[in-house]
Parts: sequence; structure tokens; C-alpha cells
Amino acid sequence: MNYLYFWYIQFLQNYNIPKLFGDITFPLLPFCIIAGMIILFVLVLVLMERKVLGLFTQRKGPNRVGIWGILQTVADAIKILCKQNIDVQGSDKFLFNVAPILVFVPVMILWGIIPYSTEFTFMNFSVSALLYISIAVLPVIAIILAGYSSNNKYSLIGAIRSGAQIISYELPIMFVLLSIAVLSSSVNLKDIVFSQLNSYSVLGWHFIPCFLGFLIMFICILAELNRCPFDLPEAESELVAGYNTEYSGMRFALFFLAEYANLFVMSAFLVILFFGGFLPVTFKYISEYIFSDSQFLQVFIYFEQVFWLILKSFLLIFVIMLVRATLPRLSVKSLMQFSWFVLLPLSMLNFILIAVIKFCVGGGNL
Amino acid sequence: MSNIMKINIGPQHPSTHGVLRLITELDGEEIISIEPVVGYLHRGLEKLAENRSYLQYLPMVDRIDYLGGFFTSYAYCNCVEHLLNCVVPKRAEYIRVLCMELNRIASHLLWLGTFMLDLGASSPLFYCFRDREIILSLFEELTGQRMMYNYFVFGGVRFDVTNEWLNKVSDFIVKFPQCISDYEKIITKNPIFTDRTVNKGILSKNVALQYSVTGPNLRASGMDLDFRKSNPYSVYDKLDFVPAVNHLCDSYGRYLVRIAEMKSSVDIVKQVVRYLKENNGDISANIKAINLKVQEGEYTSYVESSRGLLCCYLRADGSGKPYRVKWRTGSYYAVQVLPQIAKNVNYNDLIAIFGSLDVIMPEVDK
Repeated sequence: MNYLYFWYIQFLQNYNIPKLFGDITFPLLPFCIIAGMIILFVLVLVLMERKVLGLFTQRKGPNRVGIWGILQTVADAIKILCKQNIDVQGSDKFLFNVAPILVFVPVMILWGIIPYSTEFTFMNFSVSALLYISIAVLPVIAIILAGYSSNNKYSLIGAIRSGAQIISYELPIMFVLLSIAVLSSSVNLKDIVFSQLNSYSVLGWHFIPCFLGFLIMFICILAELNRCPFDLPEAESELVAGYNTEYSGMRFALFFLAEYANLFVMSAFLVILFFGGFLPVTFKYISEYIFSDSQFLQVFIYFEQVFWLILKSFLLIFVIMLVRATLPRLSVKSLMQFSWFVLLPLSMLNFILIAVIKFCVGGGNL
Repeated sequence: MSNIMKINIGPQHPSTHGVLRLITELDGEEIISIEPVVGYLHRGLEKLAENRSYLQYLPMVDRIDYLGGFFTSYAYCNCVEHLLNCVVPKRAEYIRVLCMELNRIASHLLWLGTFMLDLGASSPLFYCFRDREIILSLFEELTGQRMMYNYFVFGGVRFDVTNEWLNKVSDFIVKFPQCISDYEKIITKNPIFTDRTVNKGILSKNVALQYSVTGPNLRASGMDLDFRKSNPYSVYDKLDFVPAVNHLCDSYGRYLVRIAEMKSSVDIVKQVVRYLKENNGDISANIKAINLKVQEGEYTSYVESSRGLLCCYLRADGSGKPYRVKWRTGSYYAVQVLPQIAKNVNYNDLIAIFGSLDVIMPEVDK
């Protein structure tokens, strides 16, 4: 981050622009980078989802716009931006308009919290993991607002379901996060990544001692994302489209964008907690093999770290898509039961287990 | 203040399998009452018969049930043939049975796909359509049509089957049981699937008989009533097959019955193909269908269609037009029983239960 800052100040000084201006406007830079990344990733993810689902269901997926349909999502995005924003009669205009923004803003903040590499962390707090979790639940408020203000009964039911779902699946996440904090003695995401640094590469990652925790977290994240089999809030066969039934045009696009942006950022979060974040799968960074005599080695390593994080996240997203292609939807009752009676006790058990492991390995020293 | 929310599902809703409207009262997400409203797809198919000649009405009967055109076709042809006292050649009857059984498989495949879609699993639909596609291509090759076949004529069938076509059918029949077991592997023991279907939508034998529900829905309630066995029409008495029955009475039972029915249809098709390969003969009784006059009288034909008992009542007055045609279709009764079996269930399960009944709206509204 400091590199970026100094580079920016230097860049401005070349044009004789005072440092103060640079200090004030600097936050815009990561903001723009994140915004650009979100747009790019969402376009890729939507296409990937359609291609992957096509693969699993013996179809081709989009293949008409551009080579292999790569421009399909771009075309969709243009279409959705050109569409009319329909105002629903009897809806609460203010809440109705503000909900899509509220759903999108927390997701954008989440993108800023994720450490992409040793240097690219736009917001580095000492408690960033806790901050991440607390911000990750904010979209549900927007979803409830959207459902409430739409003046549509399907939306309302979807919103209420979403609220109940997030509340019950939030607790196991906290317990798993707690066990990760114990394992790595930190709640800073970057420190969590570095605590997985090990000369045996993969063996140091947290998913080995905390595999149960990973499974719990994975399931809970699916629920948080309203992904199949927990897609009850937008169950299309019952609730038409759930909370976003009445949304169209740009407002719908924001919901859509937030959903997929959330998908990536949540899997990145999982990768950071359990799969070594931006650490390489290989024993040394590939850049170290190739550019070992280059003076820019460090820079190459930073970019390679971003590559590893994205690669692992996409593999995880692939698994999430595989789950979507395989499973039917849970019923409301078993959704709640599963969380409170299965996941919550298991996550507590996992926490105790991890604490014992840590105690034994650390030689009676937590 | 009442806590009851009235919600109007349909007639335009993504999962009511057509234009069914359900006026539902919800307490929270629990269903208090349901009132099905039918008739949005009424085309007056019974009245239309009265000012058309017998032959002119023949293509229309395919439209009564767009997923089982052969059944309705057979029921109507059977009536006319009976009133004309004409004997249908053996080979024609076997071809008709072959078509009807393949049609049953195609219809059940589509049901399986849409039922899983109702439960929130999107992939099975495409796999079911893959196999259904093969059957439809076979029909297209035989009749020239993929949906509205107009293939059965008074006294026989329009075109003879060729040996190549029969070989293609045999190929399909050899491959198809493997496909069914593939579906069963991923669906039958899936915990989410059983959670959503076992003990959901219980239709007891008594209620089923009171509402005169027939077909797979009745057989899943423990009543062994299959008109192919109890009142053998066509050449079913010469064929060896076991009708599927079980006593589970729930959505899961209905699923199992339909899967077993597909298997027994495969058995029937095997026997029919063997017969058709070994025996040659006429395919039509050569009735002059243009300006056909039917002597006075009435007749009701019974056909076990894929959605229950299909009756065609025909009253002739000696002129060139039917005096009265009345259709009795299975889906109509399945819709009527829905309020009974979906009482006090979660809204989440309503669509799943409705999906398990296999209702096709054009068949209800006629």
C-alpha cells in the first residue's frame, strides 16, 4: 500500500501538484482499483457460472457473443443498464432506492479489507477478520429493506427468510473464526496468512488442523451468499425472485453485482483463513525460480501472490458452482435445524479441539 | 388485527407448470388454506368437436395434453372405432402401444425434471431433456412431428414403422435403464431430497378415492389400480409388465412410482419391438375418414395416461359430426386434491407437493 501511496505522490509532484491534494485524493485510487476489479471479476464470474453450469448439464453455455461467448456478460450488462427503472406502486420510494446501494457498499468495503498480497491491502486493521465478519452481515439489512419496501409479498417472504438465515448461520462462522484466531494468534487477516507460512508449503495451512471448521465455514458461507442449497430467499420456484422481484434496470444490476462480488470476496476470505491466502502452493514463489536475479523480484512476488489468491478463490468458487449444479434446495425448517442443532455444536466442538491441539503443540502455551 | 396474509400465486408464476392460480392464505409461512382457480387455458376443446367432422377434430385432441398426445389420440380413435365396429389390425395396435409407452417415458422424464426444478435443483432438468430429446426425435422420424403427432387414425396408424426405426428404439431402450439408475443415484437417497419429500403432501388412499385421483398419484397411495391391467385395452393383455405400486402416500412415493413406471414401460417397449420385428401385417383398417358418418350410439374409452385415467366419452347421432365429446383427464382431479394435502404445510413445501402431483394445465382446462 505504501508503494502505491509514494508512487502516487511522486506522480503528482512531477506535475507540481501539492502533496496535500495527493493526501486527500489518495483514497480514491484504491477505491477506483476495487471498483474496476469488482466489475471485471463479476463479468468473469457470471460467465464462468454459466459456462460451468453448462458443462455440468451437458450444454454449451453462452457461445454466440464473441469467441466462446466471452462478451455475453458485457452484452447483458449493457442491456440491463438500458432498461427502465420501474417504480412500484405503493412502495416506500426512499427505502426502495436506497436498498440496492446499501447492499453494494458493504461488499465493496469487504473487497478493501482482503489482503491480496503482502503489499496490496487497501485497509489493514489489527482486527480485520472481525471487521470483515461484521461488515459481511450488513447486506442482509439492505435485503430486508428491499423486501419490506417493495410492496410485494414474495419479496417480503424472501427478505424475512434471508434475515432468519443469516442470523442462524452467523454464529457458527464466529466460532470457526475464533478457532482460527487461536491457531494463528491473531485476528488480522494478513497475520493469519503469514501464520500459515511453513517450509512444507501446503502442510502449514489451517485446513489441516481445522478441517471440520473449514466444512462448517464453507456451508455457512453458502448460506450467507444465498447460494444453493440455501437459496431460499430467492427461490425462483416459490418466490419468483425473492427480495429483488420488483427491481429492474440499474437497481437490479446492483443486487446482481453485489451477489457475485460477494461470492468472490467470501471465497477469498475462506482461502485466507484455511488455504494460505496468497501463499504459493509450490515451496518457493515461481518468480524466485524465474526472476531470481532481477532487481524487481519483490514486485513480481507481490503480483504472484495476487495470482495465487485469485487462483485458489476461483477453485473454491468452482466447488460452490458444483454444489449448485448438484443439490436441491433445503426446506425452511431443516435449514434452521441444521444450523442450530448441527453446525453450532460442531463449531463449538471444533473450537475446543483446536484449542487442545494448540495447547499440546505449543507445549502448554496458548 | 389478523396475522393472515393472502397471497395470490399465479396465474403467471415461474413454477405453477402453466397458468394455475392458487389463492393462498398464509400465517407466517404456514399455509392456512388454498383455493385453486382453473380455467385460464380453456380452449373449448369439447365444444369445438360439435361443429367439426370426426376427422377435423382428430388433430385437436393432441392438444388436450401436450405431453401425452398419443394417449388422447388413442382414446378418441378408440371411441370412433368402437362405434364404427371396426377391427384394428394387430400390428397397428402394437405400434400404438409402442408410441404410448414411449410417450409415457417422455412425459415422466419431463415431470422428473420439472419436479426437481421445483425442489431447486436445476441440473436434472437438462439430463431429463437429453433423454426426452431422443424419444422426441424418434417420434419426429415416425410421425413428422415432435409434439402434436396426429399419428393415430381411425382404424390404425398413419405410417408403418421401419426396421431401422425399431432398431433405434431398441438402442434407446438398451441405454435408457442406465440413465434411470444415474438419476436414482443422485436423487433417490439425497438427504435434502428425502427431507423435502418424505412425509410431505400425504395423500391417503381414502382421500385419493374420494377425489377420484388416479394414475401414479393413486398408485403411490397404495391402491393397485392400473387400467392397463384392470381393464386391458389395446393389446396390453398380451404384454407382461408389473404396475408400480407403493404405500408411502407422500411425494417420495409418487416419485418412486413414476421411476418404476418408466422401468416397466421399458419392459413393455422391449416386448412390443420384438413383436413388431417378427410380425408383419396391415397398419390400418382402411376406413374412409373423409365424410365419415358414425352410426348413432355412445361409447367411453378408458386409457391409462401418464397423468391418470383418461376417458373420452363420445356420443354420435348418425351425422358427420360428433354430437357430444366429453373428456375426463387425470390432472383435473389432482389439482382439486391439492388443498387437502397441502394444508398446514410450509409455503416452501407447497410447490414441491404440487410438483409431485404432475399437473399439466392444458389437460385441466381443456
